[in-house]
Amino acid sequence: MFSFCSDPSVLSGLPWFVCYLTSATHLDFYRAFGVVMLLLVVTAPAALAIGMGGAMAIRARFAPLSLLGKAYVNIARGVPDIVFFLFVPIALGQGIEYVLHHINCPDWDQPIRQGNDFLVCREAKMPPIGAPAWVRDAYAFGMAVLAFALVFGAFVANTLHGAMQAVPHAQIETAEAYGMTRAQAFRRIVLPQMWVYALPGLSNIWQILIKATPLLFLLGIQDVVYWARELGGQKTTLYSYPHPDWRMWYFLALLGFYLFLTWLSERGFGWLTLRLSHGQATAEGERMRRAAA
Amino acid sequence: MRTCAESFDAYFLRALGREFGERLLPRGTDITFCDQVALIGSGLIWNIYFAALAVVIGFVLATGVALARHASSPWLSRPAGVFIFAFRGSPLFIQFFFFYSAFVLLPRSGVDIPLGFVTLTVQTSALTTAQVGGLIVLILNTTAYSAELFFGALRSVPKGDLEAADAYGMTGFTRFRRVVWPNMLRLAWPSYTNEAIFLTHSTTLVFLSAFPAQQQSGEAFYYARYFVDQTFNPFVAYPLVAAFFVALTLAIVGLFGLINLRLNRHLPRVARTRLRFRPQYIR
Repeated sequence: MFSFCSDPSVLSGLPWFVCYLTSATHLDFYRAFGVVMLLLVVTAPAALAIGMGGAMAIRARFAPLSLLGKAYVNIARGVPDIVFFLFVPIALGQGIEYVLHHINCPDWDQPIRQGNDFLVCREAKMPPIGAPAWVRDAYAFGMAVLAFALVFGAFVANTLHGAMQAVPHAQIETAEAYGMTRAQAFRRIVLPQMWVYALPGLSNIWQILIKATPLLFLLGIQDVVYWARELGGQKTTLYSYPHPDWRMWYFLALLGFYLFLTWLSERGFGWLTLRLSHGQATAEGERMRRAAA
Repeated sequence: MRTCAESFDAYFLRALGREFGERLLPRGTDITFCDQVALIGSGLIWNIYFAALAVVIGFVLATGVALARHASSPWLSRPAGVFIFAFRGSPLFIQFFFFYSAFVLLPRSGVDIPLGFVTLTVQTSALTTAQVGGLIVLILNTTAYSAELFFGALRSVPKGDLEAADAYGMTGFTRFRRVVWPNMLRLAWPSYTNEAIFLTHSTTLVFLSAFPAQQQSGEAFYYARYFVDQTFNPFVAYPLVAAFFVALTLAIVGLFGLINLRLNRHLPRVARTRLRFRPQYIR
């Protein structure tokens, strides 16, 4: 990266470290932190959307839909998450290939499961054979996001359903007395007010989501854990930057990164709670009203 | 093909090591359904080992840490707060990696600690095994989570009970043992049950990352992953391991429910706090 880094073997002390920490592989390592943030940024709204759908399904008047919502929430919450993270990408991948296989190759006569092989025709492979590397990376990442969103969507659905119940019922009755339909009352009364009740639960789920991100490593994605193991391992003099086993320091840095993220989100949610409590029929809202008066 | 009885005979203790049953795990097309049930079931031995020891030792340590956190002296409460934040704020998965890579750096021959008149040699070779090193990480982690629960409970011990203890002239350890501690346990117990469940589920992470499974003896989820790698069929082994964990969870709920009954035995039936099964799985 810097011009004085062209021959690392003559460097020592601080310049050595500067060059070491800006080597090409380290830049990949820093980019992996971006992947973690990207996962958080993509998964959070996806989980929120799935959770919203789940909560609405539980509330639905149509019994099978309500039952489906309850089943989804309880299954996803009752099974260890790690099982889900490994199960969903494989199961979904095989499911997609199975469907594509039946669409693209209807005259294929052999069974798909032969012994321990899962055989589909060439056209049904996902990602397609000969796809560029970034497509395969994006596919793996998309599967990971889906697995995360499905598990966390169930947590969110549970929280949001509780929050919807917590909105004072008299207000909904008042809205209906004014002639609003059920949907209108939901949109105008429940939806704007439920967030303050949902916030403690959502903040918990967010903290859990942050701490679940290193599990990306298990899905074969080159994330921070992968790079910390690669870079920290002992390097002999064959490498440009030989060093002993430094994995401990790399993982210490990761611990620091996650602690910082936790601390930051605690602050963020504290601020958000104050914002949302404004004018609400809760103890905190009442305290703010009194302080202003 | 093996019969079901042969499978159980060969694998139901295999998780303890090579000497207990068949040396090699079943491979490829040779895998039967009974093999999967027997091996995954035998892996539960380690899940129970990790969970039980971590809960028992962590309970004692957490009481101490919670008391330190609750102490008025900042010399006690600050370090306890930092400990709790460090272990609750970072992923257990990374904690396993960090401690493993720290433990391998220790000299194999042991560490000499000079104590003036005598030199204490601490054996360190065991620390790199999951059974010792992994257990230590789990203990530290559950200590932090439980200490936070106990700390919250300590702050909500009823004022009247403390005043009553003072009126009786109870001080120090007697007051703690007879008034503070039982109240703390009673208040924290429902969440502590969830913590125990939560800990049991995170024992699946032990062999997943840093700590090696020697002689292919691992816990239940380790074998489930092995079978999925071998058969490329996630629809048998993963649901199986999930079912085993549901059974384990129900056993924990039952056991902790009994303790909860005992903790609340002096209260009228309506006032008893009921256990609610509301676990959070990821830490």
